Amino acid sequence: MEGLHHDTIIDPPNSDSSENDADSLKSVEETKQTVDGDIGKDFSKSEANKLLTKEEKLNLYEQMIRIRRFEERSLRSYQQGHIGGFLHLYIGQEAVAVGSVSMLGDDDHIITAYRDHGHALAVGMEFDECMAELYGKKTGCSKGKGGSMHFFAPDKNYWGGHGIVGGQTPLGLGIAYALKYNKKKGACLCFMGDGATNQGPFYESLNLASLWNLPVIYIIENNGYSMGTAESRHSAGDPLAKRAEPFDISWSVSSGHDLFEVRQTISDALKSAHENSRPSVLEIVTYRYRGHSVADPDQTYRSKEEIEEYKTNKDPINLLKEKLLNEGIVTDTELKEIDIKAKGDADASAEFADASPYPDPSELMDDIYWETDNPDNKTSEGIMFFETPQ
Amino acid sequence: MAIITYREALNQALSEEIENDPNVVLMGEEVAQFKGSYKVSEGMLEKYGPERVIDTPISEAAFSGLAVGAAMMGMRPVVEFMFWSFCYVAFDQIFNNAASIRYMSGGLINVPIVFRGPANGGTNVGATHSHTPENFAANTPGLKVICPATPADAKGMMKAAIRDNDPVCVMENTILYNMKGEVPDENDYIVPLGKANVLKEGKDMSIIAHGKAVHSSLQVAQTLEEKHGIFAEVLDLRSIRPLDVDAIIATVKKTNRVLLVEENKPFCGVDSQVAFIIQDQAFDFLDAPIKRISAIDAPQAYSKALENIQIPDHDRILAKAMELV
Repeated sequence: MEGLHHDTIIDPPNSDSSENDADSLKSVEETKQTVDGDIGKDFSKSEANKLLTKEEKLNLYEQMIRIRRFEERSLRSYQQGHIGGFLHLYIGQEAVAVGSVSMLGDDDHIITAYRDHGHALAVGMEFDECMAELYGKKTGCSKGKGGSMHFFAPDKNYWGGHGIVGGQTPLGLGIAYALKYNKKKGACLCFMGDGATNQGPFYESLNLASLWNLPVIYIIENNGYSMGTAESRHSAGDPLAKRAEPFDISWSVSSGHDLFEVRQTISDALKSAHENSRPSVLEIVTYRYRGHSVADPDQTYRSKEEIEEYKTNKDPINLLKEKLLNEGIVTDTELKEIDIKAKGDADASAEFADASPYPDPSELMDDIYWETDNPDNKTSEGIMFFETPQ
Repeated sequence: MAIITYREALNQALSEEIENDPNVVLMGEEVAQFKGSYKVSEGMLEKYGPERVIDTPISEAAFSGLAVGAAMMGMRPVVEFMFWSFCYVAFDQIFNNAASIRYMSGGLINVPIVFRGPANGGTNVGATHSHTPENFAANTPGLKVICPATPADAKGMMKAAIRDNDPVCVMENTILYNMKGEVPDENDYIVPLGKANVLKEGKDMSIIAHGKAVHSSLQVAQTLEEKHGIFAEVLDLRSIRPLDVDAIIATVKKTNRVLLVEENKPFCGVDSQVAFIIQDQAFDFLDAPIKRISAIDAPQAYSKALENIQIPDHDRILAKAMELV
């Protein structure tokens, strides 16, 4: 896995790859060789990407830059005291969410952990509802009751936004189970961080996923750090995805810096899920520029040089930008316009959030039970709440 | 009306709801081939097949969470815990995910799921297998909690739980599984959640209980009447959350003396809340301080000699009742 993991020496790219694109999701035996062979490979012409139009490529770029500008704006709002609690930024990892979600069909679903803004925006949630949620406002996607870690949009097949590390891994399994039970040809992408691979429910989920042939795809977004603990200090064995092996689940390790590689990786896993109802574990190596959360001073466990190295050489947005410019399909001006619009929309969303009302104290008691929210369909009797706002 | 066991009543409820709604499935350890560790699901695999009656590995966190995920997608899974004590390894899935997802999503999602199984001491299986978590399930907004004490309630309340659009924790009792009683045959026999039941009318004191403690209380009420000429009213709470506060206050106003009985541990137990409500809403109707009897406040003991005195029995409840008069 050299060249992908953060705690290993970065080797020069190996451009001599003869791997067939469709085979990049390898059997257990083949995986290690494949990953080493894929370093530096150009995925822009691979099966999943070769038919992308200029508009589609620009749209993918736009989604990534919009996520980044949204989060940069949210950071400012946090620093200004408009946002409380935790704010886990996704900056640096944008290609993973955008690349993954761009491959999904109508019956494919996603669920993720607490670093969820990127996934939420990638499925099509609006800046305004997301920023307002961060501000704790009534106009937020969860009416101000979820916060940064708990964005949901079931109408967009997006099931959250979950705060407990690894806690969403059985839920993703259940979404896949329901799809299979209802005979849908869909899959559930269940995103998690490298830290979550050390939680027990993940392994219990892998066992059931394989035993029951469930179309769940676990995506380990390996950003190198479980909070402030480097992978080499939190996880035995290497790579993390290899932990799928005893469950007879196919796994792979790929680069999350390259949007096109992410798309190809997801495409292969989706094929396996849709056609054979088999799970996969995909370790996608990425990097976050900011601390675990905004409250993380980020000075104790990694060097500024390391962060700069990623920003300079592996930034997913810059890498895509260079590719698009090199292809000659866009101009610098076009890309700048996209960026300016993203910044403007982010500022506008902060204004929207700021101007929005806070929830009324009476709303504290809404959305707890379906039944109390739907009094006309009430079936039970008795008292449900034992302390309520005056 | 047929006379059947509590176990058979549960089986009827589960079977009827599986037949009524294609979204209902039963899953858990040993529920299918083995017919249920306590034979609650006997015959169901043969009747409904492995897609509806599903054996899981011993893996509570995974299958509880799987069921929550499926419920978010619109299914109505019934999850059996062999013992409610085993929910402790699936705590996050029940108490964070099932309970809070509706709230955290601002009401976009609901989780129509049933967690069920026995939650009782008294069978000499030691501390790890004898928990009665109805108090801390009820302490979690988002969850509903019921403790059916009779075969008829086992059927009617289980059916209500499965049809409910919120997560419901059904706390059964292995000692009650063989208890027989009249149970209506109708497919639409529903006992609503949150409705307490006066099992014995009385005028001199109210004994309020839930679960198996209801039956010990009924025996004590009989003794009080036969040997002491004291007419105790016995109120079966049936449901912990929602709680039938009106029925509690009504019986207190009628008898003016209250004994609370539960097999739960005392500290922050269900009856702590019941006692608070009574003094808050009916203080002027009390002719004596509220008395309370719970399981003795030690980890559940294995030895019969110890566990028999740990759970409130006839004599201990009777002695406490006599303090009221």
